[in-house]
Amino acid sequence: MNLTLRIWRQKDSSAKGQMVDYKVNDISEHMSFLEMMDVLNEQLVNSGEEPVAFDHDCREGICGMCSLYINGEAHGPDRGVTTCQLHMRMFNDGDTITIEPWRAAAFPVIKDLVVDRTSFERIQHAGGYISVNTSGNTQDANAIPISKHAADEAMDAATCIGCGACVATCKNSSAMLFVGAKVSQYALLPQGQVEAADRVKNMVAQMDLEGFGNCTNTGACEIECPKGISLDNIARMNRELIKAALK
Amino acid sequence: MSGFFKSSIGRKVAMALSAFFLMFFLIIHLTVNITSLFSEDLFNELSHFMGTNPLVQIGLQPVLIAGVVFHFVMGFVLELKNRKAIGVKYVQNNGAANSTWVSRNMILSGVVILAFIMLHFIDFWIPEINTKYILGDMSGMHDGGLRYYHELVEKFHNPIRVVAYVIAFVLLGLHLAHGFTSAFQSMGISAGRKQTMQKIGKAYAIIIPLGFIIIAIFHHFNH
Repeated sequence: MNLTLRIWRQKDSSAKGQMVDYKVNDISEHMSFLEMMDVLNEQLVNSGEEPVAFDHDCREGICGMCSLYINGEAHGPDRGVTTCQLHMRMFNDGDTITIEPWRAAAFPVIKDLVVDRTSFERIQHAGGYISVNTSGNTQDANAIPISKHAADEAMDAATCIGCGACVATCKNSSAMLFVGAKVSQYALLPQGQVEAADRVKNMVAQMDLEGFGNCTNTGACEIECPKGISLDNIARMNRELIKAALK
Repeated sequence: MSGFFKSSIGRKVAMALSAFFLMFFLIIHLTVNITSLFSEDLFNELSHFMGTNPLVQIGLQPVLIAGVVFHFVMGFVLELKNRKAIGVKYVQNNGAANSTWVSRNMILSGVVILAFIMLHFIDFWIPEINTKYILGDMSGMHDGGLRYYHELVEKFHNPIRVVAYVIAFVLLGLHLAHGFTSAFQSMGISAGRKQTMQKIGKAYAIIIPLGFIIIAIFHHFNH
């Protein structure tokens, strides 16, 4: 298929960016979206132009590196997939595809389609862990009984890959689905209880400090999340914070 | 606790608490008004009680006004904060692919409701305050009977008022269609009970505004 790509180009974080049109021809419908981007970049390099910068790593849908706002949706029009798992069969010959970086004040553009998502890491550092003695006398994980239901729900929350699609798609650039998932995966397990109050307080405080917006419960994040993280995690985080404040 | 209400989630909780209060008030308000459909006397009695009882007038009325003001001010504060969090806007953004129009435009429906409440203040509340507390007439009487039912009928005689009323309540319905479940979600109540909450929310968002609309239309065409 032959396509027109309308891509955000921005030289560096301080430059003023703009949308630029490119043509790519003979794209196979079996290609992934990123492979199509590789074809474009090869074309640009061959003609002496600067290739389009975009984030990617595993290309297996699990690392959380790839992003891209495609035709007005985070990770494109398909559901439950990251951009690397989005296939060109989702598009038609002759289509114009708009490709933009994640937009949020807390995700500033570094170059072209690459944004700085280290704010997520700082939120994780604020409390997204449990303090475990790893000096050789670590307790056997199976010694603590956990119900199947709690284990499943914690695992569902833990599948968040931190890609930032929730922030990108949110009309308020809220990070609450991400933080909710990270709070939930520990809140549901006995190991997470000891530090529960401090965890939620510190992570929410860091989230606010980074300049993410407020959740207005539109539910867009849940729909666009490549891992199907549920809104219930946001409700659970809210509950955890209310609990911590009342302590 | 003060730190809690400064946090983003704390503010959402405050927003939800004021919403619960206002949603409860709507039930009371509708319950009183709906009696006008079948009993002039009952409506007059209830209106007179609400309009003159010191507990309602001095105790609850200021709380209600504070609740309304708080909900609007906080709504605007959060909206401005959220706009700041967005930064650069998308060239193409397909919001309809993942969320309802209503949920994305609460500020719009909110502003229309605010405009209606202001009109309602000028149209109803200020004349009431004037009659009762400035002119000092707490009797609620006019032409030998309680005046409330007669005033209600008189007001809904005007088609412009009825149209404004219907528009405002349709917007209120839309606001509630998202707001009801949203308030519970903000309070952390909906986790695991989402579908039931959504059903109750939809029923509430239809029944309450429809009730007010029926009252307006009934009195417009029946007198």
